[in-house]
Amino acid sequence: MSRVHDVAVVGGGLLGAAIAWGLARLGQKVIVLDEGDVARRASRANFALVWVQGKGLGLPPYARWSVEASRQWPTLAEALREQTGLDVHYQRPGGFHICLSEAELDARRQLIEQMYAQGAPNDYGLEMVDRSELEKALPEIGPDVVGASYSPHDGHVNSLRTFRAFHAGLRDFGADYRASHDVDRIEPQPGGGFVLHTSGGRIEAAKVVLAAGNGNERLAPQVGLFAPMMPTRGQIIVTERVKPFLHYPLGTLRQTDEGTVMIGDSKEEILDDRETRVPVTTVMADRARRTFPLLNRLNVVRTWSGIRVMTRDGFPIYDQSASAPGAFVACCHSGVTLASMHALELAPRIRDGGLGGPPSSFSARRFADAPETLLNADAAV
Amino acid sequence: MTPMFSHIPADQRPTLEIFVDGQSVQARRGDTVAAALLASGLDVRRDSAVSGVPRLPYCMMGVCFECLVTINGVGNRQGCLIPVEPGMQVEIQRGKRELGK
Ligand code: FES
Repeated sequence: MSRVHDVAVVGGGLLGAAIAWGLARLGQKVIVLDEGDVARRASRANFALVWVQGKGLGLPPYARWSVEASRQWPTLAEALREQTGLDVHYQRPGGFHICLSEAELDARRQLIEQMYAQGAPNDYGLEMVDRSELEKALPEIGPDVVGASYSPHDGHVNSLRTFRAFHAGLRDFGADYRASHDVDRIEPQPGGGFVLHTSGGRIEAAKVVLAAGNGNERLAPQVGLFAPMMPTRGQIIVTERVKPFLHYPLGTLRQTDEGTVMIGDSKEEILDDRETRVPVTTVMADRARRTFPLLNRLNVVRTWSGIRVMTRDGFPIYDQSASAPGAFVACCHSGVTLASMHALELAPRIRDGGLGGPPSSFSARRFADAPETLLNADAAV
Repeated sequence: MTPMFSHIPADQRPTLEIFVDGQSVQARRGDTVAAALLASGLDVRRDSAVSGVPRLPYCMMGVCFECLVTINGVGNRQGCLIPVEPGMQVEIQRGKRELGK
């Protein structure tokens, strides 16, 4: 069987594009199979934080993976700029999680204690900041703000431009990008390799990487993998552009490089992304204006809702298949934060044929109902 | 500089005074802020919010947002939709709106 493609990446969102870009950069012949424009894309709805604080409670390797992602982001941003001329505007001034009541402050303090108790990454630096300290960094905060937590690793980026830069880079590397190639069925071939049946025709590749977001749940079992998902919906409010006043990203509020203020970040168990709900945006807007009363004067120019890619336990899943060698899966909520790791760390391992190392901490073997066909990545190194 | 726009002689509407960056301007009752600015003979170009290029009111009907001005201390108002009032303080916007305005 002739295999034109070394790797078929299923999914052209931020996660698939990052992995595909990383592979193409290493000289792999990559084909990206994407849906059309109507796809529900988390990559176009996200909040664009590169966020570390609070992630990984219950799974310490996730905290380390996130810190490492933040450390590697400048390398990724520079590589994209050099190749495509696009400045994705990555900034890492550190970020705050704002607390609007003593109860919120206590909960935050507890979370931080737990993070340290389970073994925080080196130089984690996550700490509580009292109001007077906070005022020095955020002079515009309102009287309801009682304090915050701060992590030096937190930052933000222009995620739409990052998405565009990955795709521009893919084209530059000569990768094959196919829109409207919804993957229906994947057949592992005897003797290795895969045939992918798509709405745009039949594709062959030596390896396959599932990066289809919530769609991984359906595709994974076809190649002996497992991707239990539990997506949620989030809404975002965007204001008109204002002169820069906010020099740090907050967990639910940030000013973009172009001046708009983005307000998040809601969570609903609804999966219809064609509507927004005022009761939800009202709460978001209210918290935002309690945080910065001056926001009250701004006009809102857009609100939208989007579906989050979310695994059942919220942690990433990276796996390779024992029953269909060469099949990999990658699922995670944080396609923006972890883009650096997907492009720079995961891609080389996929090229070399074995996950091993840090990604092996994220096998779906942690789920009680996982199948036997997940390769023990530690053994594969 | 001869103004590009001026009130026609037959326009008998009463005048009223507004201020543009502190300077007194005679407008006519019923003018929109954008019309009054264009007829003022002053350089009323704003700097756009992202690239900072000079812009003037364009569609005069609320669609293009090229007429954004600060009126009585409130930024990003559409000058073409707001009638002048006596004593109105208009500021030409330099780039993005300011948070406190
Ligand atoms: S001139 Fe077009 S919106 Fe005012």
